[in-house]
Amino acid sequence: MPERIVVPFGPQHPVLPEPIHIDLVLEDELVVDAVPSIGYIHRGLEQLVQKREYPEYVYVAERICGICSFMHALCYCQGIEHIMGTEVPDRSRYLRTIWSEYSRLHSHLLWLGLFADGMGFENLFMRSWQLRERVLDVSEDTTGGRIIQSTCKVGGVRRDIGQEMLDKMHRDLDIFEEECRDLGNVFLNDETVKYRLKGLGVISKEEAYALGSAGPTLRGSGVASDQRETGYAAYGELGYKAVVETAGDCYARCAVRVRELYSSIDIIRRAIEGMPEGPIDVKVRGTPDGEYFSRVEQPRGEVVHYLLGNGTKHLARARIRTPTLANVPALVKMLPGAQLADVPIVVLSIDPCISCTER
Amino acid sequence: MGLFEMTRTVLRNLAGGPATRRYPAVPARTSPITRGHVVFDPATCRSCGICSKRCPCVAIRLDKEEKVWEIDRMRCIACGDCVESCPFGSLAMEQEYLPPTVEHVVDSYTITYVKPERPAKKPAEEGTTDA
Repeated sequence: MPERIVVPFGPQHPVLPEPIHIDLVLEDELVVDAVPSIGYIHRGLEQLVQKREYPEYVYVAERICGICSFMHALCYCQGIEHIMGTEVPDRSRYLRTIWSEYSRLHSHLLWLGLFADGMGFENLFMRSWQLRERVLDVSEDTTGGRIIQSTCKVGGVRRDIGQEMLDKMHRDLDIFEEECRDLGNVFLNDETVKYRLKGLGVISKEEAYALGSAGPTLRGSGVASDQRETGYAAYGELGYKAVVETAGDCYARCAVRVRELYSSIDIIRRAIEGMPEGPIDVKVRGTPDGEYFSRVEQPRGEVVHYLLGNGTKHLARARIRTPTLANVPALVKMLPGAQLADVPIVVLSIDPCISCTER
Repeated sequence: MGLFEMTRTVLRNLAGGPATRRYPAVPARTSPITRGHVVFDPATCRSCGICSKRCPCVAIRLDKEEKVWEIDRMRCIACGDCVESCPFGSLAMEQEYLPPTVEHVVDSYTITYVKPERPAKKPAEEGTTDA
């Protein structure tokens, strides 16, 4: 039996922009065990809820994550609105859906780029990020921020999108979709990519479900679980069906994300077409008193904001369960059996977002 | 066929120019609503303090006695909440991002707003104070 050695992976590693540390137990080049440790960038954002008034905490909630920021704000706002019994106008629900899906597009394109870079496919990385830049331009033109949109607020949205801009977005989506399909084609059909990803980091449907994983990690293993199917924001009217792959390996998780690009484009298109007229926000009076579990589908999976109000301007408690935290146990299960050189790809395949995880 | 899926993207990369620009030599792309940085107009501020109360990151400090309005540029997250909430239009959002710096930047302004003269009140009303 070969001698076992422990190789530290991270917290500083070329493929990871964020700090997560994994101790890899190796037999020769083969991983037999993985011990993760997190906690390098804890910021205490949950506790800030007691120091900031509830409408202002939206801006803090947005900064929990630099990529799915809009969805954090959306999840928080939906929770507060539910506690206070506020009904937001239809137009704001549609606008929220559009911005959510643009966030998902840029997050998935970012991930596809990083993933390609992890595989050593520089050219594909550049193509992905080139496409992502177009999404960010739309984001900047409609919200004023490239990544942090800051448009969600308790009671609706802060900014409207004019009809002219909506038409332009709708027109641009056609060219964008074509280029996305070109890009997706390389990820899904290129032999070298397939050779690198197929059969790597396999997690079965039962294991993925039992370990409580979320998002593309769960859907890549064949569990059709997507919070958008519950119909928050405008997803109820627009209708959504989860994208599912069954293989449970890195290729399946990649395929889920690529196909979600197309489904996001489709949702944006239908949301623009069905955009109702009317106000974009309602005045919110009073203070939240009560508790609620708010759930939203982020690019990385389901995020849960537990909010407890005590009838004052400050909430008593907020607890945020982010998708990466749910996916770390699945990651530990995926790593044994992989070669050391494949570890970066397996780690990237869950789309780890450490700032989210540590809040 | 699968082997050559990437050829098209490689060729496109070779043919196309760079997607990036030479910032800061070439200015960054902005839109009319880009949230770059907050500007303050000391001539119209009436020291109501709503901006400093609402700021989610405690970047704005207002000293009503000294008539000083300060913004900590390192804390400001350019969310635009102060701009929206200012009832007198003293705050505005500019498109340009501030240049990177290695020193802590706190911009301090002296409020120059002068309350216009009002007609004198009746002596009876002036006398009714809690003290």
